[in-house]
Amino acid sequence: MGWPDRWVRPLAVQGKERMEDLDDIVREFLVESHENLDELDRALVELEQQPDSRDLLSGIFRTIHTIKGTSGFLAFSGLEALTHAGEGLLAKLRDGDLALDREITDGLLRLVDAVRMLLRAVEESGSEGEPDHADLIATLTALQEARPAEAAPVEAAQVEAPQVEAAPAAPPAKKTRKRRRAVTPLAPVPPRKPEPEPEPEPEPGPPARIGEVLVNEHHVPADDVEVASMEQRLGDSRRIGEILVEQGQATAAQVNEALAAQHASTGKADHHDARSLADATIRVDVALLDSVMRLVGELVLTRNQIVATALGADPAMARAAQRLNLLVSELQEGVMKTRMQAIDTVWNKFPRVVRDLGVSCGKQVRLEMEGRDTELDKTILEAIKDPLTHIVRNSVDHGIETPEARVAAGKPAEGLLRLSAFHESGQVTIEISDDGAGIDVDAVASKALERGIVTAEQVRLMSQRELTNLVFMPGFSTAAKVTNVSGRGVGMDVVRTNIEDIGGTVDIVSDRGAGTTIRVKIPLTLAIIPALTIACGGQRYAVPQVNLVELLCLEGDRARDGVEFLSGAPVYRLRGDLLPLVWLDHVLELRDAPHVEDTLYIAVLQAEGQQFGVVVDQVLNSEEIVVKPLSRQLKGIGTYAGATILGDGRVALILDVRSLAHRAHVVAEHAEGGSTEAETPIGSTAVNSGAETLLIVGCGERRVGIPLPMVTRLEEIDPSRVERAGSGEVVRYRGHIMPLMRLGRLIGESPMPVADGDQLKVIVHTEGDRSVGIVVDSVLDIASDVPGSRDDAHGIGIAGVAVVQERVTELLDMEAAIRAADPNFFERRSDVQVTA
Amino acid sequence: MKQMATFSVGALWLGIEVGQVREVIATQEMTPIPLARGGAAGLINLRGEVVTAMDLRERLGLPAREPVDEDEGAMNVVVNIDGESVSLLVDTIGDVAEVSDTEFEEPPLTMPAASRAFVHGAFKQPEGLLLSLDVEGVVAVAPTVELR
Repeated sequence: MGWPDRWVRPLAVQGKERMEDLDDIVREFLVESHENLDELDRALVELEQQPDSRDLLSGIFRTIHTIKGTSGFLAFSGLEALTHAGEGLLAKLRDGDLALDREITDGLLRLVDAVRMLLRAVEESGSEGEPDHADLIATLTALQEARPAEAAPVEAAQVEAPQVEAAPAAPPAKKTRKRRRAVTPLAPVPPRKPEPEPEPEPEPGPPARIGEVLVNEHHVPADDVEVASMEQRLGDSRRIGEILVEQGQATAAQVNEALAAQHASTGKADHHDARSLADATIRVDVALLDSVMRLVGELVLTRNQIVATALGADPAMARAAQRLNLLVSELQEGVMKTRMQAIDTVWNKFPRVVRDLGVSCGKQVRLEMEGRDTELDKTILEAIKDPLTHIVRNSVDHGIETPEARVAAGKPAEGLLRLSAFHESGQVTIEISDDGAGIDVDAVASKALERGIVTAEQVRLMSQRELTNLVFMPGFSTAAKVTNVSGRGVGMDVVRTNIEDIGGTVDIVSDRGAGTTIRVKIPLTLAIIPALTIACGGQRYAVPQVNLVELLCLEGDRARDGVEFLSGAPVYRLRGDLLPLVWLDHVLELRDAPHVEDTLYIAVLQAEGQQFGVVVDQVLNSEEIVVKPLSRQLKGIGTYAGATILGDGRVALILDVRSLAHRAHVVAEHAEGGSTEAETPIGSTAVNSGAETLLIVGCGERRVGIPLPMVTRLEEIDPSRVERAGSGEVVRYRGHIMPLMRLGRLIGESPMPVADGDQLKVIVHTEGDRSVGIVVDSVLDIASDVPGSRDDAHGIGIAGVAVVQERVTELLDMEAAIRAADPNFFERRSDVQVTA
Repeated sequence: MKQMATFSVGALWLGIEVGQVREVIATQEMTPIPLARGGAAGLINLRGEVVTAMDLRERLGLPAREPVDEDEGAMNVVVNIDGESVSLLVDTIGDVAEVSDTEFEEPPLTMPAASRAFVHGAFKQPEGLLLSLDVEGVVAVAPTVELR
């Protein structure tokens, strides 16, 4: 890549009067330079790992050299001076006069940053502004003086050193030629010795033309190559090499060398290959793609409408509609592809980020990236860029320990940070894992306590996973010292919000001492998805195809006998496996309970690796729908992933299958890859940090307040289901036996009589797979911000008294109540999975 | 002086600044939203855009609308808040009123608390008391305390 000569000369002639052209060129220069700078970042970091790589050095040199040349032409003297200093340093490195060390790398990286800044200034104002990089230039110059080279081969380099000044773009041709002539006889170009890199510098991209190779080796000035190729075009049938030798521009040896280089580069695959695609690609304004995408979305909707109405129309119409159908599908696929970008566009910045951060934190971190070419929609990439960066920074800053600490723990001094991305069932999964110290759950819990995010009781009830996921709460940070890196405490909750905003999920799994893995799952694309429409409760809903496994229709006996109730939970035996069943109208609270009909339509769905069947009224259609976002307040419900407009113009809600599964309790809270949307006290209620929210219940004449976070669920249970077990009462509940405790009995109050046919009101408290139920007379209200007094002198089961809504309300001692129901409740704590 | 678009909900005469109103349309086919709380009555199709409709009666704590025949359903006042469009379901649409700050006063204490919470204040008009609706408050996310 370089500034094509044929541009430079005509424009130099016409000067700056052609402002339009100049602006175009400047813009082109900026865009390409930015790309090159990103590439430079990566190359420099890699170079630090492989200081002897001539490939990298030469590539870096060439890039700086090019920027310098064009800056000079475009009269950006600040840039020119800066890159000139860098070039000098790089030349010394390339020639083996200097050995690369941390200081030099730092200097070069600072150079890249400074160049970026200048380019930005140019972009914004058209000129460099008032740059002052004298310090940096001085540093770069000083670095050139420093240490002498070590065993690097010097001969080949020395010859080239004086030729450094020759840029393809700027200096007048004649001078160069003279210099070339002057130098060449002095020292024959030595053959390349075998070195760390056996081949001579291969060109990036497609096999370079001989002319280019010769120019880059500074054997021949660009002008002469241009002249030679002109001769070729004019009919000279010889090869460039021959022409040049005949003209005395190059020696035979040089040409042979260039040929060897060319052949060597043909088979070499390196990360510069991406550049060769540059010829086959075209730059498009993102706004344009966005509007095309939107139009295609509307086209899909209209197509749906036409297809829907064409069903009954005449055959010609139907055929045309069918054709339209196919065309639009293809078009849509194609457009979606245009917006796909490899995740590498985000990841390629990380080597530098990790390197810089490692240096400033005093840690050694090795970065591995897998699946860099995994593709995502551009808008999604934009959205996850910041969250991913934050997670990476977090790992280096807080996750990975200092080399000393690591060695003391028996780990290698260098920490490993691994990024991987892959497609899986319609989603992209990104994992960031480090082998650092893991998350100290106790520290997290106590910090959360301190910040008032949770109460001590809640902490006691939470599982390891839930405690770990506390880091996602707003206002949280365990960094003892708030570095300006990632310890500001605004991190992880924003990360989660950003990811969930685009319909993704994020989860942390951590192993104390061994490391942490953060798993992010995001949809491939947001705009158009294939879906199944179903009817329920007189309305239509859409189920994303990606979650659909199969469809079942049970009729007559198969329906009635096929549905079994295991411990109260409906299941269906599907080919030997038990499929939990969920009635959609029940989950959506349109009906009170599952109802087995003569005909059952079941959609078998999958979420988080678990399958379950959703019973619907009707299965309608398979169609592509455009996903329209829901307003903020509706997003909060969780059960809906969005809305769409169906063929007849009516709105249908799109179901969020994962959320549905959680709501219906067919997915265990502690399952692998589980969400942070837990059923236990923290997840399901909006608890104000610090303020007490109470559920006010009636018991006889008294009012009792139960801390809302302790209430998992309110149930109404038929008194006939209550059974005696030992000295107490139990009821079968959700797959296990739940002990019951009558509140009246605990606090010494005679309960109101229960009329025939009335249900028992039970406050259920669940932890893991165990629950207890507290039977009360009535549920009265919810009150928040209740200041209360708590002390021991209030009687059995009561922890204090408060005035709530102008009535005296006693605060329940929840622990006592639970123990009264099940004396062993707290002893048997474990994180056993709940199965439906 | 500023202009307020006015409408009635129950016995209340409410107004919002005209700048906030995107458009006013007649009864629309609404898709109900199961599990929604806080007055979200349904979704409507506004020329290809899915817009949430808020039942102002519910939000203001007023009794539900008397069942009316199809022709006299609620009107939709579509407002633009924070870049999002939301439709407010109202009983009838009124005229545009010119108000001045001198006429502004605190909302009457006789108003039920639930309604008063969503009203900035009142403008004394010849036709009566025009209550200035706190649109942002009405549209804001209602707290989700889910009990089942």
